[in-house]
Amino acid sequence: MTQANKKRRVDLYALTWRLPIIVWQFLFFVGPLVFLIAMSFFVVKNYRMVETFELASWERILSRDYFWSSYLYTFGMATFATVLATMLAFPASFALAFKVSANTRRWAMFFLIVPFFTSYLVKTFSWYVILAKTGVVNSLFGYLGLGPYTLLNTWIGTMVGFMTLVLPLLVLLQTLSLSQVDKNLIEAAHNLGSGRFRTIFNVIVPSAKIGLIVGALFCFILSFGDFVSPYYLGGSTPQTLSILIIDTTKSGNQWPRAAVVAICMMVTLFVIAFTSIVFAYRKPKS
Amino acid sequence: MNETKTKPLTNPTRRKFLKYTAAATIAAPYITSVKAAPTEINMLAWYGHGEPDIVGAYEEANNVKFNAKYYAGGDNMLALISQSPPGTYDLILSDAEFVLQLNAAGYIEEMDAAAYNFDDMLHDDFKQFPGHWKDGKLFSVMVRGGHLGVSYNKNAMTAEEAMSYKGFWKPELKGKVGHFDWHLPNLGMMSLQNGNGAKLWDLDDDAWKAVQETTMSLRSQVGGFFDYGGTFNSLKNGEMQAMCGIGDWITGVLEKDGAPVASVIPEEGGIQFTESYSIGKGSSKQAEVQKFIQHMLTPEGQVRSAEMAAYPGFCITKGGLALLQETNPKEAARSGQVEGAVNEPIRLINEGRIHYRDIPTQQGLEDWNDFWSDYKNA
Repeated sequence: MTQANKKRRVDLYALTWRLPIIVWQFLFFVGPLVFLIAMSFFVVKNYRMVETFELASWERILSRDYFWSSYLYTFGMATFATVLATMLAFPASFALAFKVSANTRRWAMFFLIVPFFTSYLVKTFSWYVILAKTGVVNSLFGYLGLGPYTLLNTWIGTMVGFMTLVLPLLVLLQTLSLSQVDKNLIEAAHNLGSGRFRTIFNVIVPSAKIGLIVGALFCFILSFGDFVSPYYLGGSTPQTLSILIIDTTKSGNQWPRAAVVAICMMVTLFVIAFTSIVFAYRKPKS
Repeated sequence: MNETKTKPLTNPTRRKFLKYTAAATIAAPYITSVKAAPTEINMLAWYGHGEPDIVGAYEEANNVKFNAKYYAGGDNMLALISQSPPGTYDLILSDAEFVLQLNAAGYIEEMDAAAYNFDDMLHDDFKQFPGHWKDGKLFSVMVRGGHLGVSYNKNAMTAEEAMSYKGFWKPELKGKVGHFDWHLPNLGMMSLQNGNGAKLWDLDDDAWKAVQETTMSLRSQVGGFFDYGGTFNSLKNGEMQAMCGIGDWITGVLEKDGAPVASVIPEEGGIQFTESYSIGKGSSKQAEVQKFIQHMLTPEGQVRSAEMAAYPGFCITKGGLALLQETNPKEAARSGQVEGAVNEPIRLINEGRIHYRDIPTQQGLEDWNDFWSDYKNA
């Protein structure tokens, strides 16, 4: 048997281990995705979907101003949440990775996981008590002779919700990533006269680039698709794409139109994710 | 003497332990099935109708068990039914304006008109509610109702200001007017504000355009769009001082809890939500469902419905009203179900100030929904 034929033979052992994830992806990602795409061409008659191939839902959604304003608002909020969360998380992650003992880091990681024990919806509703006009934050402002400020049912409320969702995850991902940075590189940078900030931005951040970008990507994905915070803390004003999907299905059972919105969201996330991964793994110019 | 015979049960031999365990295992299913398994009735309804305060005593007395599936809004209800095979739901609680569509789509069974005491109804309209009868055949029975108007915080609006939808435009309420997030009652109210009265759902192009303009002019006052929970919370914590699209069905719950909120029917008129029971197509438990609907029309059933923990409604039968006034005069007075009350439901209907909620006749629901999305993004 030639070497080429050997290579062409299916490696059953490797395939056995790969098969579950392939089957899983087909059943729970590719299958539903294909159905979602097909559904966007269906029409609804008397609250029932009729299987056909028409562009009516695409034409309807893409020609509506409210879709585009929702899209821009959702994209803008997710981008801002990603930048804000990254900036807020980095100092904490840096401290956990480089400035504390291994034992403290373990406890900190444990306490960062604890928030996930509670339902996100419950956590969101608890913000009502804190952000309301008569809530904790405004009471504190009151002691300083300030406020009360409207925090609920604004973009600020939405952003607080996004941070609740993504910040613990982002600190975890960043900490894990920064912990992998070779300490010798940092020492070498210092020995060569590099200041602290220069070391952070020229040595540590490039070394942990992949993890930092993946963390930010998760942050964007979660914020972009979140329904709970924009609805309950942002008062649905203005509405995000997730809320638009709900509205579309609620009125007239228009699943095909909702599918169009969902596909637009998925395409956006795919482009963002692809660009991010390419950027993360791009080799620096020598 | 054989020692095993005298060994107490508290200290059995291994053989006896195994024997008793096996006997107990075999007997267990028979012991637990002495009481017949309850008949399960699948209910599709707004939240609250399948809760213990409404069906608990009935379940106990009749050995039935309600499996409630809740929805929010008639569109949502129709969507759920259309996605389920016939016979999935035995009992369907529907907003009256959607009964016609339920019937047209063949989702409900014809009902036995002789089984229900229509003579006890408080108003003639309730006997022959639009869409509930077709060609002399009964398809749905009204069981409760409620009125929608201006809901407000008494510390932010006076009762006089609340007597007109214009109150929503009060400058001091900027950012503090909320919407219940469903286009139908909100746009209906804007239509009433425009003076469309009884033709509030029957809008030609000009009238529809005017309703859109009126609604858009309210946008700068609006602080948010809420579902039931959000509406409840925002009124309770004072974030919203006035609410469009709701009525006593939400403020009533808060009022009973001591919150300074109320709902009134303004001069321009109010909207009635009407809830009716139908029997699901293909149900195998039609007799049991009929019996339950009959129960909900008894005075006891009506009082339970009027006092519903999730959201109150008014009694629609004379017997129910009389029993409510006798057993819970406080709630009867609060909800205007006493003679001479300003918000007495039947008097408001007779005065022509109440319009039954309907769906738009000259536009599609999707046109209203499209505009609602535009409005939310404005």
